[in-house]
Amino acid sequence: MIEARNLTVERGGRIILRDYSLSLERGRILSVLGANGVGKTTLINTLIGVLKPKSGRLSIGGQVGFVPQLFDVPFAYSAFDIALMGRARHLGLFGAPGKRDYEIVRHYFQMLGIEDFESRAFNSLSGGQRQLVMIAQALTSECDLLVLDEPCAALDYKNQDKVLGLLEHLRDTHGMTIVFSTHMPQHAVEIASDVLLMTSGSKYVCGQTEEALTAANLTVLYDLPIARADFGGLAKHTYAPVFRHDGARFDV
Amino acid sequence: MSRSSVKALAAGSASGWVGRKLASISVLPVMISLLILAVLYSVTIGRYDLSVTDVSYILMDNVHPLTIPYWDPVQEVVVEQVRLPRILAAVIVGFGLSVSGAALQGLFRNPLVDPGIIGVTSGAGFGGTLAILFGLQGYFLLTMAFLFGIGSVFLVKLLSTVRGRTSMLTLVLAGVVISAFFSAAISIAKLLADPFQKLPAITYWLMGSIASTNYLDVLLVAAAVVPSSVAIYLLRFQINILSLGEEKARALGTKVVLVQWIILIASALISAGVVATSGIIGWVGLVIPHVARVLVGADHQRLLPVAGVLGAIYLLMVDNLARTMTTAEIPLGIITALIGVPVFAVILRQLHAKGGWSSD
Repeated sequence: MIEARNLTVERGGRIILRDYSLSLERGRILSVLGANGVGKTTLINTLIGVLKPKSGRLSIGGQVGFVPQLFDVPFAYSAFDIALMGRARHLGLFGAPGKRDYEIVRHYFQMLGIEDFESRAFNSLSGGQRQLVMIAQALTSECDLLVLDEPCAALDYKNQDKVLGLLEHLRDTHGMTIVFSTHMPQHAVEIASDVLLMTSGSKYVCGQTEEALTAANLTVLYDLPIARADFGGLAKHTYAPVFRHDGARFDV
Repeated sequence: MSRSSVKALAAGSASGWVGRKLASISVLPVMISLLILAVLYSVTIGRYDLSVTDVSYILMDNVHPLTIPYWDPVQEVVVEQVRLPRILAAVIVGFGLSVSGAALQGLFRNPLVDPGIIGVTSGAGFGGTLAILFGLQGYFLLTMAFLFGIGSVFLVKLLSTVRGRTSMLTLVLAGVVISAFFSAAISIAKLLADPFQKLPAITYWLMGSIASTNYLDVLLVAAAVVPSSVAIYLLRFQINILSLGEEKARALGTKVVLVQWIILIASALISAGVVATSGIIGWVGLVIPHVARVLVGADHQRLLPVAGVLGAIYLLMVDNLARTMTTAEIPLGIITALIGVPVFAVILRQLHAKGGWSSD
């Protein structure tokens, strides 16, 4: 689905990503992890076509749908209005949505169980509800690859769980290929088949989750001790930071 | 992706779409009926009293001539040569300013934007001022105002384009800069103008008036407003998407730059045409879209036509006030500002209280 070779991407005249190569097969979930400012958003913007790579080759075998980070809209659009905008690609410059477009949006609202608030103002929805509406918007574009920029940021645990569950469900039932960025390794442990650990603009680790997502790699990634923690009695584990290691203090 | 499951839906409920179609037509026909009533009423008022029946017969006579006209020829002149042109001008100007205001607010994702923001209003104002200063009247004045208006948009574009890319924020700032420049240029022109003849002419023209409109003026303003409004309406769904922000619009597959420039050029044409024929009429393009949004919501598919018709009714009523309130004509720009400012203050407070828009 994604095939990137020696990708170099510039933003504002500065090289952000240098020589990135990665590939992702159809129906897999890739989780992108990295510190703030390392270029996760740049990579995502390149995948969705907003940024053009300076050099290298990027080929994507299908339609891309994008779910941005939580945001406010400047006008009082309803949740339905927002989701309907996902149809843009199918309408042409002077087109407007017709009967079929409304049916498609309605279909995904029912599928995500959010038809109750389709007429509510988007800005009045909670973070979790907005995230579902934005996922509906991406799905209405009839995409094969779903790219999400920190889909769980600013959500409570229950809603994070719901979004992760939904992403896995979309992979299982629709064969969707998914790329999402996150700051919590646990999200990757739960649903990702592949991980991309971005240490810097030119250094990264990419591979299957079981092999690449290790405490050692994460410790390098975050420049902070990261330990593996097993949930007692459950066949599950996570990675957690060891904050204030060695009684570390803030020094200027 | 399961396209088949979507197709299977075709047989299902379509109430969403039908419901929305109903919602979009229930306000618009009411508005259009109100506009027709407002036009008929406006022809009857003035110093020469006429009844709605007289007016209807006089107008009908053009389409389907009556065998024996029962009215005074003076009445026919009042209706057809004096009142009708300025009424049509008010309708077209109000429509155009409101449509372009609504589109620009969506494009810039900012409810405080009006057609003056892209520099075209003061540019056209300077062109007209220059024409009056040089003693040019009539169509020379129109041409000068129009050319300077369009020219100022290209100046704004030139200023805001760096290495082939135009940011919408820089464009607004460039618009402010160009407006300030032309305002200063207007002041210089006023300073140089003969204080007994030309200075008052410039001042009154700038305050906005459609008192002496004839059919050729109407034709000119219609030629600027009608095609531009059609272009903006065709882009109604794209404006929705652009109001989410440029990057999100690009991710949704919109041709961002193309849409931005069509809307900017259409708005510039509308503003230049309006200023050329009627002077500077502020606040309509800023306030009316807000009122329309209260009526039909933010979706530009419903908003644009309703805003246009509402603006037409509003400016027609303002012009009625302008010509009947006192024995002397009151410039339109003064009344639109006097009404627009308090209305806008109320809307602004309500928007803020509801959190209906964010400032980013």
